Order: sequence, then structure tokens, then C-alpha cells
Amino acid sequence: MTKTRVLDAAVVVALVLYPLLLPGYLDLGTRMIVMALFAMSLDLLVGYCGLVTLGHAAFFGVGAYSAGILAIRASADPLTGLLAGGVAAAILGLLAGTVLLRSRRLTLIMLTLATVLIVQETANRMNWLTGGADGLQGIDMDPVLGRFAFDLFGRVGYVYAAAVLALGFLVFRAVVDSNFGKSLVGIRENEPRMRAIGAPVDTRLRIAFVMSAALAGIAGALQAQVTEFVSLNAVSVEFSGEILIMLILGGAGRRYGAFLGAPLYVFMQDYLAKEDPANWYLWIGAMLMAIVLFAPGGLTKWIGALVGRATHASPLPGRS
Amino acid sequence: MADLLEIAGVTAGYGATVILEDVTAAVKQGEALAVLGRNGVGKTTLMRTMAGHTTLHRGRIALDGRDVAALPSWKRARLGIGLVPQEREVFPSLTVLENITVATGLHRRSGEAAKAWSIERIFELFPPLADRRTNLGTQLSGGEQQMLSIGRALALQPKILLLDEPFEGLAPTIVETLVAVFQELRRAGLSIVLTEQHARLALEMTDNAVALVRGRIVVRDSSAALLRDPQALEDVLTVRG
Repeated sequence: MTKTRVLDAAVVVALVLYPLLLPGYLDLGTRMIVMALFAMSLDLLVGYCGLVTLGHAAFFGVGAYSAGILAIRASADPLTGLLAGGVAAAILGLLAGTVLLRSRRLTLIMLTLATVLIVQETANRMNWLTGGADGLQGIDMDPVLGRFAFDLFGRVGYVYAAAVLALGFLVFRAVVDSNFGKSLVGIRENEPRMRAIGAPVDTRLRIAFVMSAALAGIAGALQAQVTEFVSLNAVSVEFSGEILIMLILGGAGRRYGAFLGAPLYVFMQDYLAKEDPANWYLWIGAMLMAIVLFAPGGLTKWIGALVGRATHASPLPGRS
Repeated sequence: MADLLEIAGVTAGYGATVILEDVTAAVKQGEALAVLGRNGVGKTTLMRTMAGHTTLHRGRIALDGRDVAALPSWKRARLGIGLVPQEREVFPSLTVLENITVATGLHRRSGEAAKAWSIERIFELFPPLADRRTNLGTQLSGGEQQMLSIGRALALQPKILLLDEPFEGLAPTIVETLVAVFQELRRAGLSIVLTEQHARLALEMTDNAVALVRGRIVVRDSSAALLRDPQALEDVLTVRG
């Protein structure tokens, strides 16, 4: 318990220190935060339930479009937009989950892939509403809480995103630490056994799916608000794959995986795009391969093992 | 006394494959029934069919007079059929305590202490588990895993416990411990179905027995009667035809 308390606090400290140490890179930091939130939502499915999906951007995108369209046509209040993005994605999650969760493994992956393609094509066709291939433009957000207007340097955007991520993490933490969260791990490890000991597996997976979709939708809404733009890429297969890579880099099913993987990926992407714009994907690929081969379980697991070795942790660590 | 668990004319298996044919058996309140037979005759399938993990082709399965054949396995578990599988199947990433509480949230239920099987009662029954309550499932010995698997089933507040070869692969002292636990469960009024390849041990622990050959019941008698003539039982079990 104390160890996780310290690390939870470290997450908050990192969020506070970043703008103080790198005040010139607030936009990059904001992007890291949005991706961390999105990766965290995916972790609920991939890491905890053991359901691999290649279509999670469907929920991110629907959240982004909902918040963006709402801002243009009705209310530009940021918090209302977040709520709208979360609810819209949750509704899609409920519908999609009902169909998708009948399958597992490869079939599930294929169906999630199909889902994101359908959502993307729908967004493309409805260009009167979404801007289609040109993207959704003309978003102009009101000040946060009616007081803090988004500024050119991205200061308010950063603080706003950091606050949303911190709240999202509180929810995520409460879920994975709860008995419900433990039962998701049980389902991942042995689904028939969970049924045999009286757990309504289908209901619990559906709830997790909707939660994950809602969180992804909020991340999408956040992105739409801080960048004041939504492109079709937000609902793409490529983006769904990218977020999965971020999660795997950090470590799926591990409390801090999203917090490590997403910022690292975003940083590498930014750095490599400047240093070696022609081949940056190659380096990302090499990095992913190195992690999978030399640090299976992601960076968080690898670091955890290093620290464990350094401090000579007892050979049979219980969880306390 | 009325039957607690009753299966009648049951034909079941996995998908289209039929393993059990026309099996009828019943367990009364507080009764212990042994299911005997060699490897591969359908003992495990019979247990799994009672718990709802197989394909039921024909027949009736009732708990307390209520037809449960159409219910999914988790609902049957909630109604009181607790299956302890042969492979134990503890969750490796969960602690001992979490393994017990994960499905039912036992620790949070109101009036937990009033339940027949509270966490404390389960730990009293298995003191080694109490000492290891924060250990992960992977850090247990075989005997401890079996205890955990039984404890996890007790968290359901079961009316009947289905124990599938609970002694397999365990050291004799652990088997003794588990036999003592078994007697205590019986004293608590729990009905039990026990499969076991070693007929003598199973018969000494139970009231009645059925023996399976090729998915059919070929012997049905009191355990005491079968114990008196083990050779006859042996002959039946090894019969080929």
C-alpha cells in the first residue's frame, strides 16, 4: 500500500514538475497527458480484462467529435464537452460491447478493427457535421470554469489536461483496486473459473468495456478542446495501433504502464520527427522490438525488477 | 428427505460429443456421495455437468426441487453449487484473500459474520491460508492451493460442494488434513459429491456411491456395502464391454 501511495504521488509530482522544468514544451506535455489518459482507458480492457482491441480509437474519436461539434453548435464550455464526449463514447461502448464481447481473441480483434473502420467511414461520410477529410474546424472553447481562458502558450491547456488526467487516474485506481477490478483480473486469468465461483462474467466485462470507452471518449474530448481540431485520424486503425503500442511500451495491466509508455512514445515521436523525419517510424519499431524482446511486460515491469534486485527484495513478495 | 441435488436421465458432453449417457443420481441434504471409476469414464464430466460447464443434451438437473438445467454456471454457483475443480485453478495474480472474495465480494456483504462461511470461518478451517492471506496464488504449495480452491468455493455459501479428485498429487499428511476438513464440512451439514480414483478412501468418507463405466452408472449402493466387498467393485469397474 505504501509503495503504491508513493508512486501515485510521483505521478502527481511529475505532472507538476513538467511545466516548471520544460515551460517551452507545454503542447508536447499536453499531448503526452491526453495519450496517457487514452492509454489508461485501453489498459482497462487489454491489461485487466485481457481483451485485445485494435479499434479503441473509435471511442476516442467519437468523444473528440462529440465535444468538438457540441462546442461549435451549442455549448463551448469545456466541462460540458468532456461530459458529452464521455457519454457519447459510453453509449457507443454499450452498443459495441454487446456485440463484440461475444467473441474473444482473434475474432474480437477483427471485430474491433471493423468497428473503428465503420466509425471512421461514418465520420468521413457525414462531412456536413464532421468536416470529413478536412477535419472538424472552428472550435473555439470558452474559458475553463468560466475563468481560465485557453492561452497561446498552452498553459491553461496543460493545467486543464493535467487535472483531467489526475481525476481520471483516481477513477482508474479506484476501479482496479476494487473487488470489481480484481474480478477483471480473475476473468483474464481464468474465465470459466470465475463463472464457476459465481461471478457474472458477461455483465462485468460489459461494465468494464463501457467504463473504458467513456474514459477514451473523455481523452478524445480533451484532445479536441486543447487542439481545437479533430481529424479523421482520431478514429483510425493506425491510431488504435499506436495507442496499443504506447501501452505495451509502458506495460499493460500495470498501474503505471500508461504513464510511462505514452509520454515516452510521444517524446520519441517528437524527437525523431525532428532528427530523422524520413525514418522515424523505423526507430519507433526498433524501440518496440527492443522492449518486447528485452523487457517483456513493458518498462514498468522491467524497472520494477531492477529496483527489486537493487533493494534485495524478499524472494516471495506478498502484496501488502 | 427430499433430494437436494437431483440429476435424472442426463446425457451430456462437450459440444456434439456425448460423454455421459442416461445418468441418474441424487444427493440428499447432508449426504456425501462418492463417484467412482477409472480414468476417463466421465467422473469429471459428471461434476462439470452438475455445475453447468458442459453441453446438456437431455435430462433434468434440479437443486432444491428447482430446475437449474437452463441456468448459466455462475447462477448455479450463486444458488449453491460449489465446484472445486481437479486442477485447483487459483488465480495467480490475486492474493489468497482476493481469490476468496473476488467473485462474490464476500468481505463486503452485510452480515458477513452471520454467514455460514465468513472469511474468518474459512481461515479457521484452513490456518495455513490465514498466514498467507496476502501472498499471491502462485506462491502456494499444492496443498495450500487445494485449500484455497475449497475456501473459494465456500465463499459462495454453497449448499453442495463438488470435490473433483481433491487429494490427487498431494502428500499423505496433507491428505489427512483435507480428510479432517472434509469431516468438518459434513458436520456443518454440507452435502458433498466426491470423485476419487482410489475407491477405498472415497468409500470410507461417504454415505453412498455410484460407479461409472464408459459414461454410464453401473453400480449404485451404500458406501458401507461396497466397502465390504471391494473385489466385487473392482471387477465391475474393470469390466470391458
